[in-house]
Amino acid sequence: MDKIAIIIDGKEVEAKAGQTIMETAIAAGIYIPHLCYQEELAPGGHCRVCTVLVNGRPQSSCTHPAAEGMVIDNDTPELLEERRRIIEMLFVEGNHICPFCEKQGNCELQALAYRFGMIVPTLPYLHRKIEVDATHPDVFIDRNRCVLCGRCIRASRDVDGKNVFGFEGRGPQKSIALNTKGALSDTQLDAADKAASICPTGSIVVKRVGYAIPYGKRKFDKEPIGSEIEKAK
Amino acid sequence: MAKDQSSTIKEIITEFGNDRHRLMDIALKVQSQLGYISEDNMEAIAQTLGIPLVEVRDMVSFYSFLPREKEGKNVIHLCNAVVEKMHGMDLVAKAFEKNLDIPFGSTTEDKKITLKYTPCMGMSDQPPSALINCIPVTKICPEDVPGIIEDIIKGSKYSCEKRASSIPAAQVETNLMKEGEVIFSPMERGAAVRSAAIRTPDEVIDEITSSGLRGRGGAGFPTGMKWGFCRKAKGDDHYIICNADEGEPGTFKDRVILTEAPDLLFEGMTVAGYALGAKEGLLYLRGEYAYLLGYLEQILESRRHLGLLGKNIVAKEGFDFDIRIQLGAGAYICGEESSLIESLEGKRGAPRHRPPFPVTDGYMHQPTSVNNVETLCCAARVLEKGADWFKQLGTKDSTGTKALSVSGDCKHPGVYEIELGIAINDLLEMVGTDHPQAVQIGGPSGNCVAPKDFGRKICFEDIATGGSVIVFGKKRNLLEIVKEFTEFFNDESCGWCTPCRAGTTIILKMLDKILEGRGSMQDLEMLKKVGNTIKTMSRCGLGQSAANPILTTLQNFRNLYEDLCKTDEYIPPFDYEKAISVGVEIAGRDPVEEEE
Ligand SMILES: Cc1cc2nc3c(=O)[nH]c(=O)nc-3n(C[C@H](O)[C@H](O)[C@H](O)COP(=O)(O)O)c2cc1C
Repeated sequence: MDKIAIIIDGKEVEAKAGQTIMETAIAAGIYIPHLCYQEELAPGGHCRVCTVLVNGRPQSSCTHPAAEGMVIDNDTPELLEERRRIIEMLFVEGNHICPFCEKQGNCELQALAYRFGMIVPTLPYLHRKIEVDATHPDVFIDRNRCVLCGRCIRASRDVDGKNVFGFEGRGPQKSIALNTKGALSDTQLDAADKAASICPTGSIVVKRVGYAIPYGKRKFDKEPIGSEIEKAK
Repeated sequence: MAKDQSSTIKEIITEFGNDRHRLMDIALKVQSQLGYISEDNMEAIAQTLGIPLVEVRDMVSFYSFLPREKEGKNVIHLCNAVVEKMHGMDLVAKAFEKNLDIPFGSTTEDKKITLKYTPCMGMSDQPPSALINCIPVTKICPEDVPGIIEDIIKGSKYSCEKRASSIPAAQVETNLMKEGEVIFSPMERGAAVRSAAIRTPDEVIDEITSSGLRGRGGAGFPTGMKWGFCRKAKGDDHYIICNADEGEPGTFKDRVILTEAPDLLFEGMTVAGYALGAKEGLLYLRGEYAYLLGYLEQILESRRHLGLLGKNIVAKEGFDFDIRIQLGAGAYICGEESSLIESLEGKRGAPRHRPPFPVTDGYMHQPTSVNNVETLCCAARVLEKGADWFKQLGTKDSTGTKALSVSGDCKHPGVYEIELGIAINDLLEMVGTDHPQAVQIGGPSGNCVAPKDFGRKICFEDIATGGSVIVFGKKRNLLEIVKEFTEFFNDESCGWCTPCRAGTTIILKMLDKILEGRGSMQDLEMLKKVGNTIKTMSRCGLGQSAANPILTTLQNFRNLYEDLCKTDEYIPPFDYEKAISVGVEIAGRDPVEEEE
């Protein structure tokens, strides 16, 4: 069977064999909020923002294959609340500096917080002490703003063919590691690499381009995140 | 780096066939021969295997028993699990610190001894316990400590000969308190395997299905169905994996099965091999049980001599099957079946996306059935004595017996093989308790049960458990225990997904605020909400149960929390006066308050 019929929020949509729920939804113009998912990369299932109910059970839509007859809840008040809380967890886990971050307005984390109506933090900050690595001439990595989505890892490995990044440690100690005994400048990372520009936040940033577009005129200043998907149909 | 180090690493890697999938064995051996896995060692491993350094770093940094910093010649891992603390572990820790004049987490100046903590190591029936150079030593009193240190420094193995035991490391007691009919009754070597070999594999699976056997690892999935899926799945090879990672705090029944009934387990694996069409079985043994490795290898060897492993088993043409034991390296999450498979393949123990499930896409992407130690023992017994015999034990939906590990405030801690369906009250009577305030069933990931529910039954249709039962007496501070359990999950989270990684850190902070008496009723509501987010949004079973200590006590012991929360009003997460004190000092004046 080539065509698969599934129901998302009461609407019947068609999936192709092998498609995930996320891919099916995007093709149908339905926005399932997501952060670690990036259409050019293999899914990671890290952030859990794209969690939907599949026949009543929570599953990450970026990794879960669509199957005939699935009934999916996506846009519900309960899921909105859970997703907002996950975004907030990421805010308090790291040290985010939105007001003066060069990524602001282009940051997917910030944009999700706005879309979900996150106004004030309701969770305690973890205040972790994290070092910045600005050794590379063209790119820096500031793990304070990292959400451990693993996009840089997948992009470097699967698109750039370089394996510059990887994970290290577990639990709260988990962080992005480098493929070197030294610092970012000792890796093969190039500013033109996919891995250098795929970070959803201001954690991996190409130097000297940060403020080329002024605040107020950036991507998510114009319309909320997800609009491009919703408008496509 | 020293030439001899890199040649040692090359030799080790050659020994494991230059196979990247054997990275766990390679890393363990590098660690045991060179003392630690330095940056240089990781680089040498990566270069020899031809994989990126970051991949080796990713794997090595995941496991507690693969240190990247140089440690002392001797390493003492003192177990700091809840039950150990209930039995004087703190005093033992102090004795070590005082005698060596260093705190835990550090190494003596002469580099002779390192002190570290480790979570539950499967000895809750004989606390306090420690792994001393990988050998468990149990029932340590503070007075033992000088002697232990002296022995270690002399280079002799610390031993406590007073204790008689049938098991390999004389220091560990068996504590098998109740022998049931399925696991701990006499067996004849080869009986189950022969009984399987006269049937077709499908008939073997039918027999298991008809016995009603369900997985003993916790989830209770019907074993016959799992085997059936696996057998039917297409693949070049099929695998049976025995999950002996037993990491749930308070569980040690697999340790006792491995020591008292290893033959029954290997029968079960061989039966499974036959049923699935697997040529190879793997036993994943938690690193803490490394002391059992030699003993288990011996039993495998004798089974090979008896024609119960190897080629043409029980003289049946084409019945080829053998078993390899893989050691783990200190990571609770590796008990989750897909993490276990990742770990077996030489990677960090992060769970996989599911689907696909291991039965279609498991070890080496081949159809794989992962089963608990006890499940495989039951399967062997079903083949030996028949499904009908098995079914008459237990209840309708929970057939057979269950080995329970009982510890905490009870007179007779140890393993009890009881029929499924036993009431908690009856169990408590058997183990000797004095009106406990709570019983933790299923370990921290299970349920903290209050006395009003002691009439409930232990079985799949009521309260299911992988085997951990911890009794908390009247005097225990239950909320401190809840905190320790939550810390355990936080430490053991693999970190893959947000709710488990960040969420468990956050609820700990919230819990602290309440325990310090700065919480309000609003905090209780929020704690429940965040707990539910972790439960519903996490990727695997660890995260999905990481909030259970908090959620089940919020439900069953809410008064304990309410006693600490004096108000309904909002209380800020920080102490305002303290937060501005430095500023006040610099300014040399009090802050200006806005007028009402
Ligand atoms: C965090 C976590 C830890 C687990 N630890 C164990 C374990 O130590 N032993 C075990 O048999 N199953 C454990 N499981 C369950 C396994 O994933 C799996 O369900 C089980 O091994 C299947 O065997 P069974 O069907 O025979 O029970 C664990 C699951 C999770 C989520």
